[in-house]
Amino acid sequence: MTKTVLIVDDEPNIVLSVAFLMKREGHTVLTASDGQEALETLVATSPDLMILDVMMPRKNGFEVCSEVRVNADPRIARMPILMLTAKGREAEMKKGLSLGADAYITKPFSTHELVAKVNELLARSSTADAQA
Amino acid sequence: MQRSILTRQRLIGIFLVGIVLLCSPALTIFDRATTWHGYPVSFLYLFGVWLLLVVLAALAVEGSDR
Amino acid sequence: MLGPKVIVVCALLYLGLLFAIAYWADRRADRKRSVISSPTVYALSLAVYCTAWTYYGSVGRAAASGIGFLPIYLGPTLIAALWGTLLLKMVRVSKAQRITSIADFIASRYGKSQVLGGIVTVIAVLGVVPYIALQLKAISQSVTIMQSYPLVNDTGVVAAIPILQDTALYVALALAAFTILFGTRHLDASERHEGMVAAIAFESIVKLVAFLSVGVFATFVLHDGFVDVFDKAAAAGVMKTMTVASAGGYGNWFSLTLLAALAVMMLPRQFQVAVVENSDESHLRRAVWMFPLYLLLINIFVIPIALAGQLTFAGTAVDADTFVLTLPIAHGQALLSLLVFIGGLSAATGMVIVETIALSTMVCNDLVMPGLLGRWKRIPPPSDFSQLLLRIRRGAIVVILLLGYLYFRFAGEAYALVSIGLISFAAVAQFAPAMIIGLYWRGGTHAGALAGLLCGFGIWLYTLLLPSFAKSGWLPAGFLEHGPFGIALLRPQELFGLSGLNEITHCLFWSMTFNIGAYLYFSMRRQPNVNEATQATLFVDVLKHERPFGVALWRGKAEVHELSRLAERFLGVERARYAFARFADQREVESVDQLPADAETVHFAETLLAGAIGSASSRVMVASVTAEEALGLDEVLDILDEASQIRAYSRELEQKSQELEAATGELKAANEQLKEIDRVKDDFMSSVTHELRTPLASIRAFSEILQDDPRIELEQRRHFLEIIVSETKRLSRLVNQVLDLAKIESDNADWHTEDVDLGELIREGAESTAQLFAERGARVICEVPAEPCVVTADHDRLMQVLVNLLSNAVKFAPQGGGVVRIILQAHGRNFRVSVIDNGPGIAIPDQRHIFERFRQGSGGTEKPVGTGLGLPISRRIIGHLGGRIWVESRPGKGATFIFELPVNDGA
Repeated sequence: MTKTVLIVDDEPNIVLSVAFLMKREGHTVLTASDGQEALETLVATSPDLMILDVMMPRKNGFEVCSEVRVNADPRIARMPILMLTAKGREAEMKKGLSLGADAYITKPFSTHELVAKVNELLARSSTADAQA
Repeated sequence: MQRSILTRQRLIGIFLVGIVLLCSPALTIFDRATTWHGYPVSFLYLFGVWLLLVVLAALAVEGSDR
Repeated sequence: MLGPKVIVVCALLYLGLLFAIAYWADRRADRKRSVISSPTVYALSLAVYCTAWTYYGSVGRAAASGIGFLPIYLGPTLIAALWGTLLLKMVRVSKAQRITSIADFIASRYGKSQVLGGIVTVIAVLGVVPYIALQLKAISQSVTIMQSYPLVNDTGVVAAIPILQDTALYVALALAAFTILFGTRHLDASERHEGMVAAIAFESIVKLVAFLSVGVFATFVLHDGFVDVFDKAAAAGVMKTMTVASAGGYGNWFSLTLLAALAVMMLPRQFQVAVVENSDESHLRRAVWMFPLYLLLINIFVIPIALAGQLTFAGTAVDADTFVLTLPIAHGQALLSLLVFIGGLSAATGMVIVETIALSTMVCNDLVMPGLLGRWKRIPPPSDFSQLLLRIRRGAIVVILLLGYLYFRFAGEAYALVSIGLISFAAVAQFAPAMIIGLYWRGGTHAGALAGLLCGFGIWLYTLLLPSFAKSGWLPAGFLEHGPFGIALLRPQELFGLSGLNEITHCLFWSMTFNIGAYLYFSMRRQPNVNEATQATLFVDVLKHERPFGVALWRGKAEVHELSRLAERFLGVERARYAFARFADQREVESVDQLPADAETVHFAETLLAGAIGSASSRVMVASVTAEEALGLDEVLDILDEASQIRAYSRELEQKSQELEAATGELKAANEQLKEIDRVKDDFMSSVTHELRTPLASIRAFSEILQDDPRIELEQRRHFLEIIVSETKRLSRLVNQVLDLAKIESDNADWHTEDVDLGELIREGAESTAQLFAERGARVICEVPAEPCVVTADHDRLMQVLVNLLSNAVKFAPQGGGVVRIILQAHGRNFRVSVIDNGPGIAIPDQRHIFERFRQGSGGTEKPVGTGLGLPISRRIIGHLGGRIWVESRPGKGATFIFELPVNDGA
């Protein structure tokens, strides 16, 4: 069964490469180029997973993450979030994870690691859904 | 502090100049019973030195204010 | 018009005016708006040195011996140059120790000795009372002369007048009343007699103006200037030989100069105005030259007046001592005569008032008090001394003035009165060794000072005073001729066979020799004891400390309330309580009761009391209410040494700590700056890594994709490779710009400044970005004046700025409809280049940050192409070239980037 992945990044080339990778894994791909757009798309489509950049115009990734976690719709609130960002410091990683991200990968990233992590998160969430 | 010490030293110098001009054999050079342009030489010399000392002292203390 | 009554009325009016001035100044002082806290008033008050002896006597001496009178004023002129140290020391010591008279000063220096204070007082009174008599004589003589106006009275005989009709008696009593009113208002002399000083300064002006007036009259009205006076005098045969040699010889010249130099410091009235009444040390600076100038002015006409007098009164019996007054009278100058009379009155009254105040203080504190204190050891003293003290001083004033009157009455016209000025000088000069050596040498002891004073005074008495009595016929003249008991070697005026000197020089030589000799001999016989060593250090080292200080050398038991009760008894309750309350404030305790009974408090009480009753008596009184333990000499010396070292160090330390504080402040600021730089650097590093990671991420991702899957279709593969290449370019551009910025910031960049025509530059810039504009479908419009606009700049760097601005503008311009205008115009002393786009503009808050690193405008929805370093680099380049760059924008209305560079007009 296909999963929907929302890719949020203001760098078109990053979006392009990640989208290619997700499609190759057989996922449906949605994109957004800033935080605000991401939230709108999220509410409209409720994807299975979000790949989220941090440094973006209008609304940054940390803000998006914390807003998602308090969303009234439980499917959205519990959605796995993978942060993919150039902010590589320990403190920033901790901040992302404590705000509710499920995984934190720094740029430049290994495509294999990214794909593996996305699949792992999707599998974990469907198991959780099944149990629920 | 430094300035006042300097002023004191200058004044001591003026004192010594005064001693030499008024209370030393140097005095005898001008101590003559002749006149110069109608003035007794000693009279001119003594009052001249006197004025000189006053001016020097004034310069030493008031000048160092600036 | 000048009848006898007019004269008396004028004299009384003048005294009334003095009274009013003094009263006014005292009132002002009470309201803390002192009129005398001026260096000029201080210098004028010192001119109390010029008495009736100067005013009338100088002309007399000049008539007799030419320029022989000048050393009396040249000596003070010379010594005044040393006031910067000598007098400063005396003033500072006196302030610290509340010394109120010269007797107190000497007594205090040698261990607060009552005996020394008494001896000095006796010498001063004996030496100075005749001098006061001289002033009374001058006043009464001038009154007599004036009363016979318009006739010239050439007798001046007063002895025949019965006492009760004698003007001089009433003059003496009036002066006593005046002196009492303004000299003994308070007890604590540290409060000074402001009214008296103001009156004295006023009198100094009056006597100077009067004397100069008669001088101008004699020189320029009666004659045609100095030369004319000299010529006429020479023609009439009254011209004296104007040389030192003919005026008594060089030896006398030098000794008179020395004598006057010492007297101007040692006369009780001079000590009073110069030291006790000094309100501010800095006033000394002006006195150093103004006082000699005053002396110069008041002497410049002495010789012309003397000669004019001799010309006018040739063949008459008019006394040369009265020329100043009789000259205008003889020429019918009523007003001038009156002015001269008033001037003479000024000179005489000024001296009498100050001298009596000074002497009465000494008599009270150093003669009467010790006697009373001795009595009160046996019977209980009255509860309120302060009124008693005032009565003692007032009594002393009356007694001294009456003594002066009696001396005048009995000496009359005798020789003893005529030469008394110099005789008085010689008497007070005996204080000089103990005073001056004591200020510079620690070894002087009480015994040395006592021996020196007694020897000097004895010689003075024997070689100067007794002969003057003999010459007046009060003693057999035989002992002058043959010596006592016929011993020729002891002839008073040729002591030990010393002959060929005049009497003053003779006396000065022997008295100073014995005085200094005895002082040194007895001082060196033994070490100074505790008290002497203590005081020696306080006196000798006083200039080593910026402010007056007193080391409290005391150990024992004391009760604060005992001390304050003691002070209340002498000073009056109110004043004592006030002083103690202020002291408590100083020591930062809440009330007088909480003052610790320590050395400092005891020292305070003793100094406070010293102001009222003298240091020696004060020490005795304080000792009577405290239980002092004796300190050993070594202990005292240790403490003093330590104290002076500590004070020297503490001053240094204070300076150091101020420097340190300043340095700390600077360090703090530097630290803040470093922290800020650090923070900025940190942000910068974080931004740079972020900016590096983003293209790297794309490159790595696409490379891995291509590597993993060789079967990707060609079109897509080519697209991915293009992305890799462009991201690589972006990466290298970023790296270059970071390096560029770092180079500019660290000032390591190479600048090739030359004349650059901005119009030319703009055209080049537009050309080089034409491709970019074409890609975005934007137009560029250049508005450049025809004439060259030359600035001094690095062409390539400036081009970098322009291209950056243009690419930014086109970047934010709307796709397809972008219009960018470049305007160049002169603006004052600058050329201004504006780059205007029609893009979305920049939000106001962002405008402030747009020139900071990695702060890209966020107007577009699309991610702008750029490194975020272009504007920061531009700003630094323009700044380096001496211009400025800024942005003006209203959101939605486009943005205008403007830079200005100074015009290079070939200058």
